[in-house]
Amino acid sequence: MKVKVLSRNPDDYVRETTRDIQRVPRNYDPTLHPFEVAREYTRALNATKLEKVFAKPFVAALDGHRDGISCITKHNKSLSTVLSGACDGEVKVWNLPKRQCLRTVQAHEGFVRGICSRFCGTSFFTIGDDKTIKQWNMEAPEYGVREEPLNMILGKTVFTGIDHNQRQATFATCGQSVDIWDEQRSSPIRSFSWGADSFSCVRFNPVETDLLASCASDRSIVLYDTRESAPLRKVVMRLRSNTLCWNPMEAYYFTCANEDYNLYTYDMRYLDLPVIVHKDHVSAVLDVDYSPTGQEFVSASFDRTIRIFPKDKGHSREVYHTKRMQHVICVRWSADSKYVLSGSDEMNIRLWKANASEKLGLLSQREKNAATYKKKLMEKYQQHPQVKRIARHRHLPRDIMKQRRKLWEMTEAQRRKQRNVRKHSKPGSVPLLSEKEKKVAAVVE
Amino acid sequence: MAKSRSLKKTSSKDVKLSSVMSAVGDDEDDLSIDEQAISASEDEEGNDDERKHKKLLEAISAMGGRKRKKQNERSEASVEVSEFFVNAEGTGDKVNLSDLLKTMDNSSAASSNTKKQLKNLQNTKQTLELPLNKQQAEKIQRAIAYEKTAKEVSSWDDIIKQNRKAEQIVFPLKHEPSGPKRVEEVVARWKFQTPLEQEIFSVLHRNRQPTNDPVLTPAEDASLKAMSLEEAKIRRAELQKARVLQSYFEAKAKREKAIKSKTYHKFKKKDSRKCFVKDFEEMVKTNPEEALDELKKIELARMKERMSLKHQNSGKWAKSKAIMAKYDDSARKAMQEQLQMNKDLTRKIAVPSDDEHENIEDASETVPDFANDPEPVTDAVNPWMRGQLTHEKPKVSRVTTEDVQTAQEENENEEEELLGEFEKKRKLWQADEEDLIPTEEESKREEPASEVVEEDVLDKEEDVVSDEEAEDISEFSSLFRLMSSKKTIQKKKGPSQTQEGLNAPRRDDEEELLNEGEIRVRNLEDLEVLDEVVEPQPIRKQSLPETAVEKDTSEPPNKKKREISLQEVLTKEATVVKVPFLPTVVEEEEHGEQISLIKEAFAGDDVISDFIKDKKKQEADAMPKEVDLTLPGWGDWGGVGLQPSHKKRKRFTIKPTPPPPRQDRKLPDVIIPEKRSVLTASHQVIQLPFFFENVEQFESTIRTPIGQTWNTPSVVRKLTKPKVITKLGTIIEPIVKEDFIHKTTTPAGERPEITLGGNECSGDPELSSKKPLRRSRKRKNNTN
Repeated sequence: MKVKVLSRNPDDYVRETTRDIQRVPRNYDPTLHPFEVAREYTRALNATKLEKVFAKPFVAALDGHRDGISCITKHNKSLSTVLSGACDGEVKVWNLPKRQCLRTVQAHEGFVRGICSRFCGTSFFTIGDDKTIKQWNMEAPEYGVREEPLNMILGKTVFTGIDHNQRQATFATCGQSVDIWDEQRSSPIRSFSWGADSFSCVRFNPVETDLLASCASDRSIVLYDTRESAPLRKVVMRLRSNTLCWNPMEAYYFTCANEDYNLYTYDMRYLDLPVIVHKDHVSAVLDVDYSPTGQEFVSASFDRTIRIFPKDKGHSREVYHTKRMQHVICVRWSADSKYVLSGSDEMNIRLWKANASEKLGLLSQREKNAATYKKKLMEKYQQHPQVKRIARHRHLPRDIMKQRRKLWEMTEAQRRKQRNVRKHSKPGSVPLLSEKEKKVAAVVE
Repeated sequence: MAKSRSLKKTSSKDVKLSSVMSAVGDDEDDLSIDEQAISASEDEEGNDDERKHKKLLEAISAMGGRKRKKQNERSEASVEVSEFFVNAEGTGDKVNLSDLLKTMDNSSAASSNTKKQLKNLQNTKQTLELPLNKQQAEKIQRAIAYEKTAKEVSSWDDIIKQNRKAEQIVFPLKHEPSGPKRVEEVVARWKFQTPLEQEIFSVLHRNRQPTNDPVLTPAEDASLKAMSLEEAKIRRAELQKARVLQSYFEAKAKREKAIKSKTYHKFKKKDSRKCFVKDFEEMVKTNPEEALDELKKIELARMKERMSLKHQNSGKWAKSKAIMAKYDDSARKAMQEQLQMNKDLTRKIAVPSDDEHENIEDASETVPDFANDPEPVTDAVNPWMRGQLTHEKPKVSRVTTEDVQTAQEENENEEEELLGEFEKKRKLWQADEEDLIPTEEESKREEPASEVVEEDVLDKEEDVVSDEEAEDISEFSSLFRLMSSKKTIQKKKGPSQTQEGLNAPRRDDEEELLNEGEIRVRNLEDLEVLDEVVEPQPIRKQSLPETAVEKDTSEPPNKKKREISLQEVLTKEATVVKVPFLPTVVEEEEHGEQISLIKEAFAGDDVISDFIKDKKKQEADAMPKEVDLTLPGWGDWGGVGLQPSHKKRKRFTIKPTPPPPRQDRKLPDVIIPEKRSVLTASHQVIQLPFFFENVEQFESTIRTPIGQTWNTPSVVRKLTKPKVITKLGTIIEPIVKEDFIHKTTTPAGERPEITLGGNECSGDPELSSKKPLRRSRKRKNNTN
């Protein structure tokens, strides 16, 4: 006789480990789960609120410098190492997980103007107000041995910026001219100068490694190719650009931080108009750095905040500030795209999370799934007023708010004035210029 | 005078030039001659120093003689001597090109072609343009360089677009391919440490097994190249087909194996034996060699059987049967069968040899009974013999016992019957399978097939169906039977209302399913009456369409019907809820119970009617009202108790435009408030967000849920895929050109990669890359 027995596959209802939750067979019949939109909306709203609750971006402050931080750079091969130069000529090597200073070098007399690490991470270069370029070993000397640079080049003028090629043993400095140096030679292998008498920043393109761009004091941004004997082209803006940064994933885009409180993303092939104008800062933008994913960039401003902009948005998605943080001089995005480092006037380096409410450390698969679901929900319902309101809300210091209001009034007044001028002049004589068009003075071939 | 003088000058110059040129040409010759002379003199003698010295002096004088002479000539020719010019002759006169080139005409060395060119040049009176000034030249240089780099950079366009469009980007971009690596790749980095490993390596080395990049041996490479993609595809398809067929057969075999019925297996075995005999006969006709092989095999089996004690009634089972044999017929039969088996197996088979004599002898030697057996006879030529023998067989068996004979006869009859039945059952299974994988043809065929099955089953039902059979038939078939039995019952009862539907063919039945809702509306009214009279009837009626639905693979008619029924339920009184919703017959009763329970619990409050009232009220509220603008007393008598005339009132009332149809007009169990509620307004999107074209588009994005409450895990994973994924604790390097852009358009691409530790000078490749560019630029300038 045959006996019929219910038999089920244990895989369907037995959990894999005791830490796992019990498996529950689900019935996806939509009639059993009504009101899906309303329920998901509630979830989205809750997720947004929780995101705000958990938004604690500040991770740590590295203190130890005895003067304002003038420059920061990342170690090219180690995530946990960061180098910083201060206005008193000191260079410090930091260990981020321990939040410790590993090494202090009195590199220069006067400011350390720039610092960059070699692509292999074995040494780093500093430039200072004492007209020298110094190459230092990344590893600290043994106990009792004096700190000596591996190599020192004495220049004729003060250098203001330095950047190393991503793949070759060459580096570029700027000062009165933009020089390309070979590591083995004491004189530049190429020197570019085109009208301007001083440059503030030079950056190699990390993708097309022969290209580089510099910001000059004559309000221009100049492009160079190391293979050519002459510069390529320059674009002159209304106000001076302080620094610029190339997008590490999109070879022909770069963003410059301007004195007019805005950032401009350019396509190097079409310099006559910026691609996007990024607004939000209320004072001069001093530094900018792209995230290694190329999706966002972070900017440091004189208004004592740092802001994170999506590369293709006109406004920032995040603003970080603390009471104690003064003018932010330099900012860098960590190589794993999780953190942001900012160096400011009041001698501290601050470590921030790139995503304010992200949970740090390893996540279990379920946590990950929950996070992605929440993110997607917020994205789905981002247009809904309540979600939008909560997601967008940021606290800002009163000074910045005031300044912002003032700026708004100013721009409104200008707009009104323009409108009136246009109204009372011959039609077509006062052209209607877009915000982008207003900012570019000329493109010089 | 002046002319003649200048001519003179030119002539003298010509002479000079030629002399200089010849001197330059001659000098070398002279030197070589002198050297020869010296060497000869040395050879001739070596004793007289004086003579030697003299000769040397002479030689030296001979060497320098001409030069001195020339100088003399020059000095003579010069008219004015200046301290600044060696030769001041012709100062203040221009040197023409013709002067310089006159020698060309004389000398035959220059080709006529060049001469012509030179003449042309002489004739042209154009002057070269001034070179561009530095600024402009630089500007052009810059423009060219910029265009070049812009073009080079544009090669990233596709990749950037692709990355922007990508649903998901995983950083770092260059990740090692997931999944198992080839062993060779892993081994390549690894070096031997122990002697054993060394030995293995040496063996590998001897066999020329490549450990590094071309992992495949040349032979493997060749084999890979041998097959084209299409061939490979065809072959793959073939293999797939073969695999599928194999799996089908395996499944079939498994199913047959799973049949536990002993009788089935017994008869099956017999059947197969019969088949074998038939095949064997065929084989004898067609392929005697193979048949011989087969025979030998049979012979071997016979030998084995004879050696063993199997089927000798000596086993444990046989002994126990022997005890039972006294009382039990079946036991006796079983024993007999076993013995018969032994006999069959040990029967000597007539080998088709040319020696008939032996054959007969063999047959006579062994037990004659077996020799007479028909099966192993291979003599195809004499069918008569065989036929006789088969006829004889039962007689022989009858000798043993009568019972056995009858049993065998019965068996044979049974065998046929049972096999037929099993065939039917198998068909049933097949039908079952086809249901699982319905193809187009099958779905067409399904209905008649199922009808046939139905009939079969019905026939069976009329017969006495044994328990065994019922077990063997799958659940589906049993369900089917159940359904059909219900039908038959209904047929017998013959209810007047549904008769038409039942008598109609199945197609109509399905159509009726779609129209079911309307019939139900009528029925429901009847049901209230019917409910009181006969209890089970509604349930049965319910079962009929439901079963039909089950047969049907498509859901929609069922759903629709249910919806309509719901509506009915809500518009009727609560008692109607008794009508069950759920499709299965068994659950219906439970459901009914549940409903009755609920009814009992909420006996007092009539929720549904309240709801309906509420809805009606809302509807009424939402309807715009007529506005009466009649003013009593205007153009009329007014006063207490006097109403404006009907005509006037009609004239001055404004009829409102009817509002848009309510959203819930077709949903009986839902109230959708038409008024915009203040509470929900703050949660609603007022403006259509950017990049949505219309409201429907936006609503559709919101409507689809993405959570795991509504979706299966895989779908959730797909829907909530994050746009950017980064790996924790990994450095994300900038995008590398070599990984994405393979064609090298510029010499820069050919540049060797610089190693990490290396301090290579990058100057050389740069220079090499620049050279052609410079040249081209120069050319361009010249043309300008």
